[in-house]
Amino acid sequence: MTLKWTLTFAAAALLAAGTAQAQISDNVVKIGVLNDQSGAYSDLAGQGSVVAAQMAIDDFGGKVHGAPIQLLSADHQNKPDVGANIANRWIDVDHVDAIVDVPTSSVALAIQEITKNKDVVHLNSTAGSSDLTGKACSPTMVHWTYDTYAQAHGTGTALTKQGGDTWFFITADYAFGHALEHDTGEAVKEAGGKVLGSVNAPFPNTDFSSFLLQAQGSGAKVIGLANAGTDTINAIKQAHEFGITQGGQKLTGLLTFISDVHSLGLETAQGLVLTDAWYWDHDDASRAWAKRWSQKMGGGRMPTSVQAGVYSAVMHYLKAIDKAGTDEAKKVVETMKSMPVNDMFTKNGHIRADGRMVHDMYLVQVKTPAESKYPWDYFKILRTIPGDEAFRPMDKGGCPLVQASAGK
Amino acid sequence: MLQRRIWGTVLVAAALAAPYAVYPVFLMKALCFGLFAVAFNLLLGYTGLLSFGHAAFFGFAAYVTGHAMKEWGATPELGILAGVAVAAAMGLVFGVLAIRRLGIYFAMVTLALAQMVYFFCVQAPFTHGEDGIQAIPRGKLFGLLPLDDMYVLYYVVLAVFGIGVWIVWRAIHSPFGQVLAAIRENEPRAISLGYRTERFKLAAFVLSATLAGLAGSVKTLVFQLASLTDVQWHTSGEVVLMTLLGGMGTALGPVVGAFVVTTIENYLADIGAWVTIIQGVIFVLVVTLFRRGIVGEALAFIERSRRR
Repeated sequence: MTLKWTLTFAAAALLAAGTAQAQISDNVVKIGVLNDQSGAYSDLAGQGSVVAAQMAIDDFGGKVHGAPIQLLSADHQNKPDVGANIANRWIDVDHVDAIVDVPTSSVALAIQEITKNKDVVHLNSTAGSSDLTGKACSPTMVHWTYDTYAQAHGTGTALTKQGGDTWFFITADYAFGHALEHDTGEAVKEAGGKVLGSVNAPFPNTDFSSFLLQAQGSGAKVIGLANAGTDTINAIKQAHEFGITQGGQKLTGLLTFISDVHSLGLETAQGLVLTDAWYWDHDDASRAWAKRWSQKMGGGRMPTSVQAGVYSAVMHYLKAIDKAGTDEAKKVVETMKSMPVNDMFTKNGHIRADGRMVHDMYLVQVKTPAESKYPWDYFKILRTIPGDEAFRPMDKGGCPLVQASAGK
Repeated sequence: MLQRRIWGTVLVAAALAAPYAVYPVFLMKALCFGLFAVAFNLLLGYTGLLSFGHAAFFGFAAYVTGHAMKEWGATPELGILAGVAVAAAMGLVFGVLAIRRLGIYFAMVTLALAQMVYFFCVQAPFTHGEDGIQAIPRGKLFGLLPLDDMYVLYYVVLAVFGIGVWIVWRAIHSPFGQVLAAIRENEPRAISLGYRTERFKLAAFVLSATLAGLAGSVKTLVFQLASLTDVQWHTSGEVVLMTLLGGMGTALGPVVGAFVVTTIENYLADIGAWVTIIQGVIFVLVVTLFRRGIVGEALAFIERSRRR
């Protein structure tokens, strides 16, 4: 009799334990931060993104539905095959539930395919390609922080509305540069501005002097740099030597981040206009978070928008698991889409059917050395760009998921 | 002889059983780079020509295969064939131009030509620039073998690798290979013996380029993508590293080197920023302490102990 009762109780206890955790696969939620930790994007994302993800896990309490949350990280060295190999191994061998961050569009698109086919969540913060929520969109992916369309369109519209209504572009001569110029140009024209001209610079390029002189001579109020990375850095440095911003023209880097401004220094970067998704010194919540992050990084640095985006995305993901009671990729992302995003990253952000997280962006100008009062006091906010204005309308992206949901 | 046969059997058995012990995607990547390094070694180790532009064949063949399979719906065997054919044609053009020069000039000519291919790939619309060609369907090999199955794909890659290595091995151990060795040791003497050395060098160059293209095409099949990384000069440098690390001029050396480098790239990626530094340190150590490379040193050790 006693044995029978014991067995029954044991069985009941097992069953109860089973139902409590049944929905979390193998009783652990594993999050992998896959990014560049040694190359061009290591300042922008790198180790700082890993720390941001860990902070989200700690702030959430380290457990969801009784299952511990584990963090992995790896350096994809900006090589798609290395990234694909790590992602496949993480999913097949380590059973990772979500892959986070992933800069470099070729790697991000590779990870997009893998996570789509293997039904794993992909939370992208650092890649710029707007194809991630366009042609290549996936039901298990959320694109969190920015994309090239928002950068281009946001800057184009906002600057034109601020009075910068004549433009000249210096464009990196390959597909990416032309797309950036095209998107910005459209926005400028829509906002009532005019594009006076553009010049194609070879990619990569170190000497921008002739292009800058052409831009200066065009008399345009705004000079748009439709390039990225070291090209942008070189162009900004040389523009400073030519005294372009001092001469009254506005210089804008269409894909420039606070980490670039930091490495250029205020003396060189002053007056530069750019669009960013988040600024650490924006309000009390962002300042408080940035200071905690800075402490964990050993001080001396402030987080970039994409690092803050990693925190926000991981936090939202964990909240969605908590609410949905499962870590099954499609269900969690669906739940994420049903919940508004309210945290130190944004107020009232929402995730669209195509996976785009829509939130306000900021048009900012880099301060002069005299205006900057303390370390990393770099930006003054010229304009808040409402999310719906900044991001590409869903029907223009060509995402197959949107057609499916519109039919409902 | 018997000993060699035993070793051969052990190696083949290990290769066949490997995917059940080690992650297959990693193994396939290492095999692709292994084949690439073996092809490169035919030129560096057996002919004495240091090409610094082999990424052009490897990466461009990957693009051709990817484009043929994704946009034209080619079957895997036709896709690979297209990639290999283009690599062979490129090898012929590069070879004709480059073998007229020796040493550092030869290396520079190949590098310059490879950079032209790289910039063409940056600009050409079919490569999709920075995004690369993505989501390339694998299809069925000969309409029969479903390549989406990891294990089927592994054995196909292993078979291609085996064929490639066998071709190189045959070439080295043929009269043709003997002439190549003679050219490597002393070209004027080979000429004075009546050999038209440019023809032999050109043939070796084309064969090496073709096999490098084969490796690139197969890699496209494994990762379902083709990107700028593979045509960049970094990749040309990496294959030099693999060959020197494993042992230049040994049959198995480049394969071992490729395995070591891919292991570092993939398994040490978890520790973050140190990957490239570790690669550099290993390269410096090998070049200064083990001139013959891993396999070269091992063979020398066996030789020494046998003499004792």
